[in-house]
Amino acid sequence: MAVEISARGEVLTAVLIGEIDHHSAFYIRKEIDSAIELNMPSLLILDFERVTFMDSSGIGLVMGRYKTIAKRCGEVHVVGAKPQIYKVMKLSGLERLVRLEKCS
Amino acid sequence: MENKNSFSMTVLSKSVNESFVRSVVSAFALGLDPTVEEISDIKTAVSEAVTNCIVHAYKDTIGKIYISCEIKDNVLSVKIRDRGVGIENIEQAMEPLFTTSDDERAGLGFAVMESFMDSIKVRSAVGKGTTVLLKKHISVRYANKKQR
Repeated sequence: MAVEISARGEVLTAVLIGEIDHHSAFYIRKEIDSAIELNMPSLLILDFERVTFMDSSGIGLVMGRYKTIAKRCGEVHVVGAKPQIYKVMKLSGLERLVRLEKCS
Repeated sequence: MENKNSFSMTVLSKSVNESFVRSVVSAFALGLDPTVEEISDIKTAVSEAVTNCIVHAYKDTIGKIYISCEIKDNVLSVKIRDRGVGIENIEQAMEPLFTTSDDERAGLGFAVMESFMDSIKVRSAVGKGTTVLLKKHISVRYANKKQR
């Protein structure tokens, strides 16, 4: 599992790569949180296009980042979710909190 | 001829084993010629069950997780058992969004298992452990039928 983070202005983009489970979420969370701390973004884009597997740990990951960003009145967008990942996200009702875009 | 196969294994409750167990179980399920979606469903459900053992059953310790799988006709059964703390109130534990963990868990483990598998049975005794039995019927496709 890896995460590539880039910041441009108020937009922070995190490209997640590999499998997200309870084991790997710990590392991803740390990486993204320190980037949020540093860049204070108003928009966090979580790019799931290169995620090959995700269980409900991924939901915890998105919800946790949403809480941090929402405190600063910012937004979270989830993009590139493949069918399996989208299915887990839909089950959680995550789309009520963040903008959810399926993989095109 | 009856299509029957089984395997069992034991792993330590280390988080690195989450991906190991779901990979092994899904590889075993390939014998049923599942669709990509069915395989993802199985992987996701197994990942949730194993994570529960690690996060809840053996919260501050390392214990053994016992996995046994069986294929019978077109049904995959996966039993995941621990000898951990057990669940006091199974009904409550299975409610979506309920969690006793403060570690950013969504409380969706059982909800995922329920919706991605055909059936789930949970047995638990406080101080003794928990057994989760998951079942999924894999649809017979043409290639699969022909082989038998």
